[in-house]
Amino acid sequence: MKKRKKGKNIGFLFVLPWVTGMCLFGVVPLVASVFISMTDWGILGDFNYIGLQNYIDIFNDEIFYVSLWVTVRYAIFAVPLTICTALLIAVFLNIQTKAVGFFRSVFYMPSLVSGVAVAVVFKWILDPNYGLINSVLNIFGIKGPNWLFDPNWVLPSYLVMAFWGACGGYLTYLAALKDIPKELYEAAKIEGAGFIKRTTKITVPLLSPIIFYNTIMGIISAFRKFSDAYVLGGAGDEGRFYMVNLYQEAFSFYKMGYATALAWILFVIIMDITIVLNITKKYWVYSD
Amino acid sequence: MESKRTVIITRIFITIFYLLGSAVLLLPFFWMVSTSFKTDNEIFTNPIKWIPSTFYTGNFKRAFDIMPIPRHMFNTALLAVLKIFGEVFVSAFVAYGFARFEFRGKKILFMILLASMMIPYEVTMIPTFIMWTELGLSDGYVPLVLPAYFGAASFIFFLRMYFSTFPKGLEEAMLIDGANHFQVFTKLYVPMSRAALITIGIWAFMGTWNDLLGQLIYISDPEWYTVQLGLASFSNMTGETLWGPLMTASFIILIPVFLLFLFTQKYFVEGVKMAGIKG
Repeated sequence: MKKRKKGKNIGFLFVLPWVTGMCLFGVVPLVASVFISMTDWGILGDFNYIGLQNYIDIFNDEIFYVSLWVTVRYAIFAVPLTICTALLIAVFLNIQTKAVGFFRSVFYMPSLVSGVAVAVVFKWILDPNYGLINSVLNIFGIKGPNWLFDPNWVLPSYLVMAFWGACGGYLTYLAALKDIPKELYEAAKIEGAGFIKRTTKITVPLLSPIIFYNTIMGIISAFRKFSDAYVLGGAGDEGRFYMVNLYQEAFSFYKMGYATALAWILFVIIMDITIVLNITKKYWVYSD
Repeated sequence: MESKRTVIITRIFITIFYLLGSAVLLLPFFWMVSTSFKTDNEIFTNPIKWIPSTFYTGNFKRAFDIMPIPRHMFNTALLAVLKIFGEVFVSAFVAYGFARFEFRGKKILFMILLASMMIPYEVTMIPTFIMWTELGLSDGYVPLVLPAYFGAASFIFFLRMYFSTFPKGLEEAMLIDGANHFQVFTKLYVPMSRAALITIGIWAFMGTWNDLLGQLIYISDPEWYTVQLGLASFSNMTGETLWGPLMTASFIILIPVFLLFLFTQKYFVEGVKMAGIKG
């Protein structure tokens, strides 16, 4: 009896660091943030309890809707684009050829790098006058767009980056592709199914759990997009992603209460999307 | 006969796809390196110049004058090492507790652990910042490093899964010989899970090397800038953008990441696969 009790304590002792951290950096800030979002907390001086005023202000703030629309619109285009790209590359890199190992490494390279360095390189690639893309278009006599300097071309600019960054995402799909039994393809071949039919009827349904997971992660990462948007910006507020807006409200204008309310709205949006996608899961995600 | 021709056509098609894809992927890197070695005259030229006519190294000097890159790299490495040590070993410690013991409330705590992985850092970001401000510690590495010493939920989850696959025999033998659970952890579990610990160590390093938001909030002294902060302030400088030095700085900052990938490729691939299975 005594020994069993001792064992129980030891187990708890091992998880204690995480429990402490969870309280200090999880529960306390989470509870505090409910309160802070209802104050006019700045960085210095006193603060007042103002009820739901921050939330009312947010829903009357044009910039909030702009940043929300920029983010949602990006997610609508970028999530399918990145999933299709990664999937396509995985299917190709699953074919056994002599050089496939080398190309697997090459295609993974964009995943290694992120953050400011990549954003800066793309800012230069997208330069309207001397950037890589417009210079190449120029060879063919095409006058390229102004990319980040033209409000209509800011979204495509970000999609170019998303497309490039998506390529390394093939790795999770490739791991799953290897688990699909070869017999399924053999049987389909005998039945006369072509490559496209085999892909849409076998590969995609069997990969749907991973596609589902990556859809959720893709949407969340669109709402968390910060580094590249912070560096790249974009004409006419078109590069003002949700987190960029939140960061500026908090750390440029020191509206901590307001920004915390923004963070709560962000959380509710992400939760809602996750729940809705989970409800639709049974209609399109294959499970055995 | 027919099928042999199809095979050849498919082969050619696949090869073209590989080569074309690689070219598109590597082009930004090539463009970055090429720009680093160009004089301003060759950077701002039409039609495009793919390879610099002379290898101009002046951009390195210009970049180092604007941005103390070695110092920034040292700062980032210091920050990363301080964080990794905590994240890896404390996470392993906690994971061992979840994997090998039964205690009251374990199920609920594990549910909370899973739930906490769903809450983005951004939601608690400002209250945490206010907390550090109230403590007078909001400027420096402490807010970035200290939380790592309480473990990271995703690493704990990953390592718990890994530890659960270990056979119990050795552990029981050690306990009978008089070792305590802490010794079992340090002498058996840590050495046995070396590969997994290295994998999450690499993830943690990449996370620190590529993070901007956290560092932007907590580090305001240029003396302690990381590579990300240094490059961000370089690129946001007013006036005409100095693309040559800027590309040189980006190039230098990416080198450690590529070297790490080159030498630890095995862990990278295994790690991503395991993370994929998790999802």
